[in-house]
Amino acid sequence: MNFPLPSLIAVSAANPWTYVLFAAIGFAFGYTLEMSGFGDSRKLAAQFYFTELTVLKVMFTAITVAMVLLFGAVGLGLLDFSQVWVNPTYLASGIVGGLIMGVGFIVGGFCPTTSLASASTGKIDGMLFMLGGFVGAFLFGETEKYFDGWYTNAGYFGRVTLDQVFGIPVGAVVVIVILMALFMFWGGEQLERIFGKKDLSKEPKIRVAGAVALFAAAVTVLALGSPSLEEKYNKVKFTRTETIEQLNADPIVNTLTYTADDMLANRLVFITPAEAFKAKYNQSMNPVYLDVRSEADYNLYHIEDAVNVPLERLAEVIPVLLSEPPANTVFMLMSNDETAAVQAWKILVGSSVQNVYILEGGVNNWIAFFGAEDKSLQPKPNAGDDQLGYLFPAALGSRYESCSPSPIEYEALEFEAKIILQLKRDKSGGGCG
Amino acid sequence: MTTQTRKSFFKRPEKNYVHPYFGGVVLGIVLFLAFFLTGNGLGSSGATSRLDAALVDAISPSHVDNTPYLLKMAGGDKNPLDDWIVPVFFGALLGGFSSGFFNGRLKIMTTKGPNISDRTRWLMAFLGGVIFLYGARLARGCTSGQALSGGATLSAGSWVVMFAIFGGAYGVAYFVRKFWN
Repeated sequence: MNFPLPSLIAVSAANPWTYVLFAAIGFAFGYTLEMSGFGDSRKLAAQFYFTELTVLKVMFTAITVAMVLLFGAVGLGLLDFSQVWVNPTYLASGIVGGLIMGVGFIVGGFCPTTSLASASTGKIDGMLFMLGGFVGAFLFGETEKYFDGWYTNAGYFGRVTLDQVFGIPVGAVVVIVILMALFMFWGGEQLERIFGKKDLSKEPKIRVAGAVALFAAAVTVLALGSPSLEEKYNKVKFTRTETIEQLNADPIVNTLTYTADDMLANRLVFITPAEAFKAKYNQSMNPVYLDVRSEADYNLYHIEDAVNVPLERLAEVIPVLLSEPPANTVFMLMSNDETAAVQAWKILVGSSVQNVYILEGGVNNWIAFFGAEDKSLQPKPNAGDDQLGYLFPAALGSRYESCSPSPIEYEALEFEAKIILQLKRDKSGGGCG
Repeated sequence: MTTQTRKSFFKRPEKNYVHPYFGGVVLGIVLFLAFFLTGNGLGSSGATSRLDAALVDAISPSHVDNTPYLLKMAGGDKNPLDDWIVPVFFGALLGGFSSGFFNGRLKIMTTKGPNISDRTRWLMAFLGGVIFLYGARLARGCTSGQALSGGATLSAGSWVVMFAIFGGAYGVAYFVRKFWN
């Protein structure tokens, strides 16, 4: 069994238990915050005058415990990290929003969830913070249009985690974060002793054992490592249905499960130029043409709207492919023939990018299909595998006629549809968003 | 007998808060289970704007159509409340209440520094709420959705947001010290 469970990723009326589950998670969340003392604004504000560092202790203990368990489960292959919501990185609005939140924190004495714990236990200031929150969120909705471009674009990096930023294994980041947290706990206790006049000898000794256990767990996560691209690729499963028509009876519908290699071998992910072209005019999908050839080939000839991402740079764009696209995005990979596109397909599928297909026969096949009548494009004899099979009078990019076939001229095209949208998860929601 | 029960309902013996590290471990396990089972972390500020959107949608649907931010949540036949964050929000309210109940901390009162009046504290709490949620929507998540959840998944942006929150609060703390000390 692979977690998270697909049926629990979002609430749905079809599965009312999802509401109960999320409410139970919220219940545990609220209960824990209240029992830790976060219903009292004084305990929260004390953090910023160094008299009591409960906020730091609770928060970083929670982050480190959750982090160790999470990456431990990923390392053991129980949890598919690509299905875990990772807040996309928006540096500019994140920094400005964070600073504003900090001001609200010290002025109001709460953060949004702690104000719930406070209000629900009868604290009037907690209720007023909550009320103010509704006003603040409303004001944001009303003013967002004045800086929409900055809000959606400034410092946007997609789904990026710290291990990718620093180029080190995720287990190493886990160890570093835990060492940092333990250092902060030690420093925090010293501050409490100095500013809060707290007697540290009364603190439970077991916390030292806890620190050692946490560190040992982090080292275990590092030792486990995370599954390689190849291991993840081998675990990917696809389902397709097959309908068998019967005489005098209802057709039989079989659900078949394929591995990624089966999908390639049965050519279930190869789409004809006709289907790739028609996808543009299909309201139900949002096609993205990814041209994985070299920049030189791309400049000679490419399909209109195709984005050039040479194969060796594909890894750089995966964070963006994973985080932002609406659920109905279909990625269509193309090289000159198929070799590079198949490699790109394996990388993207192994990275859990959804709805990835390959243009059958690549750009050469596209030209053979849509550009057969273009006299300026001459077939090039003895072109090697995955090389351009045509000679071009000039590097016109997408300005050859066949780069953007006329939708009227090619209104009626026959093809066997291979694209089957997998709407596994709507990436637009998630998190606190 | 009835008065006895009623009395104990509201005046249960007040218990101490749990040790911060223990609270943190429990919270960490809750956060992990949320990720493990559903792929989502914890949060609440998203529900605030969804409840806002539902209210605006009920009063003036045409206003929703003219406000891009609301349109994303409540445009067309979308129900802004149909999101996992909404049951989490109400669950958290109930959870806070239950902990307050079992630990004898249900009490109408105002938590504030020793040197300010209740009224000033109320005004500051309200203002703080306005400021905080404005920032939380701008940063696409609050201390729960960004710092806690994003921190645990090692999201680069969330760590930046987390340090910005602490930076903002420490930067201003000196100027509002009268309210707390």
